Amino acid sequence: MNMNMNKEAYLAYVKQVTPASPLGKDLFFSFLVGGAICTVGQLFSHFYLSMNLGRDAASTATSITMIFLGAALTALNLYDDLAKVGGAGTIIPITGFANSIVSPAMEFKSEGLVLGLAAKMFVVAGPVLVYGILTSSIYGLVLLLMQRL
Amino acid sequence: MFLHELLPAFLTGGLICALAQILIDKTNLTPARVVVLFVSLGVALTALGLYDAVVDFGGAGATVPIVGFGYALAKGVEKGVSLYGPTGILSGGVAATAAGIAAAVVFGWLAAVLSTPTAK
Amino acid sequence: MLKRTGSVTLLEEGPLVLGSSAVGGKKEAEGPLGGCFDFLYSDPRAGQKSWEKAETAMQDKAVSLALKKSGLSASEVDLLLNGDLVNQCTPSCYTASKLGIPLAGLFGACSTAAESLGLGALLVESGALRTALCVTSSHFCTAERQFRTPLAYGAQRAPSAQWTVTGAGAFVLGQGGGRGVRLRAVCFGRPIDMGVTDASNMGAAMAPAACDTFSRFFTDSSRSPSDFDLILTGDLGQIGHRIVSERMEQLGLPLGDRYNDCGLMVYDLQRQDMHAGGSGCGCSAVVLAGDVLSRMRAGTFKNVLLAGTGALMSPMSLQQGDSIVGVAHLVWLSCE
Repeated sequence: MNMNMNKEAYLAYVKQVTPASPLGKDLFFSFLVGGAICTVGQLFSHFYLSMNLGRDAASTATSITMIFLGAALTALNLYDDLAKVGGAGTIIPITGFANSIVSPAMEFKSEGLVLGLAAKMFVVAGPVLVYGILTSSIYGLVLLLMQRL
Repeated sequence: MFLHELLPAFLTGGLICALAQILIDKTNLTPARVVVLFVSLGVALTALGLYDAVVDFGGAGATVPIVGFGYALAKGVEKGVSLYGPTGILSGGVAATAAGIAAAVVFGWLAAVLSTPTAK
Repeated sequence: MLKRTGSVTLLEEGPLVLGSSAVGGKKEAEGPLGGCFDFLYSDPRAGQKSWEKAETAMQDKAVSLALKKSGLSASEVDLLLNGDLVNQCTPSCYTASKLGIPLAGLFGACSTAAESLGLGALLVESGALRTALCVTSSHFCTAERQFRTPLAYGAQRAPSAQWTVTGAGAFVLGQGGGRGVRLRAVCFGRPIDMGVTDASNMGAAMAPAACDTFSRFFTDSSRSPSDFDLILTGDLGQIGHRIVSERMEQLGLPLGDRYNDCGLMVYDLQRQDMHAGGSGCGCSAVVLAGDVLSRMRAGTFKNVLLAGTGALMSPMSLQQGDSIVGVAHLVWLSCE
């Protein structure tokens, strides 16, 4: 092309003229929103512990509650509004995991309940399960070997 | 309760999320990749014995972020291996997180059936 | 009469735009050109069951309005040239199926409006067709699920990201005398790959193609930017607009203040929080049909260039990390 510029020079130029994400603002809001979601989780955890549920059961109940809240806010089309502000503060908590399951399921409902809604449900969250289970299984193998050796 | 529970949860959760935000803004990692990285990180930190202290301090601030899901998987595997040996490698992690995964499927299905996306 | 000079085809008579229409959605209604549309949908689903069907309904509407203005019936149209961004141009096919007009479907990504006008103009000028109907559409919700994320998924948009226009534009081209907007030249674009892989920065991916087409057009037609009252690119947004302005100046062909981008015209970027601007097949189509053509007919602009810009990519190429190929097709419109 007659722009007298090779690809590397062009990409460097593009980088220079493309505005960066506002890191300071993004950090502030991800901290605030992420912290707030976890504080809500802590409130539920406190409540379940006060019901004498025991540590493991209270932790499980908290996870279930947070997943329910994430799913409900997604279904009400509110979670994406929160995420616009919160960024990673809405993606990293388990509510974001629920959002990543519900949103494609809602979107692809138009392709049916089986190959649309259900098949697309884990299109974003599936990799979390895959690599979470994979790494924990490797850890289990290492643990077993260490026990036996 | 504020000083001992809520504040540590807020600070720990906020810090983990802010770290993820740096990765999203400053690297080419997409949010989906950062989530995968953080869950694996949760397993690794637990395996190295580092994440228990974070959970002790932050409570839900450490367990609600997806890193906490990795922590739960790793703790489950530890329990599985000690109780059942080799089969525990595969059963421990999912057993410990089964309720969360099932909740995501059930609530997810219900939410998607009841609601349709809207254009803003 | 057609005259080929270098990579430009000049049309001596120049087919007439017999009728045109612009259809938009809610965000488009709220934008600065809200008053220019022929029809606005407040319901993004347009009363349909899916986003794709809604986009089809918008194309249907644009076609019927443009035909009405041209005074022609569908049976008097020789060929339909249409395209969109959905898998295999689904909305375009369904709109075509209801019209009974022979179809030549087009994929030029967001350059489709200019591509269809260019092809239609050549076919009508050459006498191969008496009339042609050029139609283009895009829909924010069909594009999001196709290229990006589900609507309810919590994601932050990059500052360089653009917003897909929900809307459709239709143009009826025909032979004939009299006053009106005519197509005077066509210059098709060469696809150019400068290695941009960031799908949130389409303006930067497409800008080199626009510069290439502009410089070939000015050189081969022996014309300069100052011969035109308005020079438009289709949907480069803020970053692409800046790149084209700077690069054209470096090439010794400064476009100056007459240069604008349809993606910067269709929305109020600050007030509507549109980041780098509008995009999509419908962007240049609705700006041209709704705003520019009426200002040409009113005498504000005599000679206008539109370089419709397109990012020739697919969800698959994005997932495989491939770079984004840009293309820009140019048409010269005039109203003497």
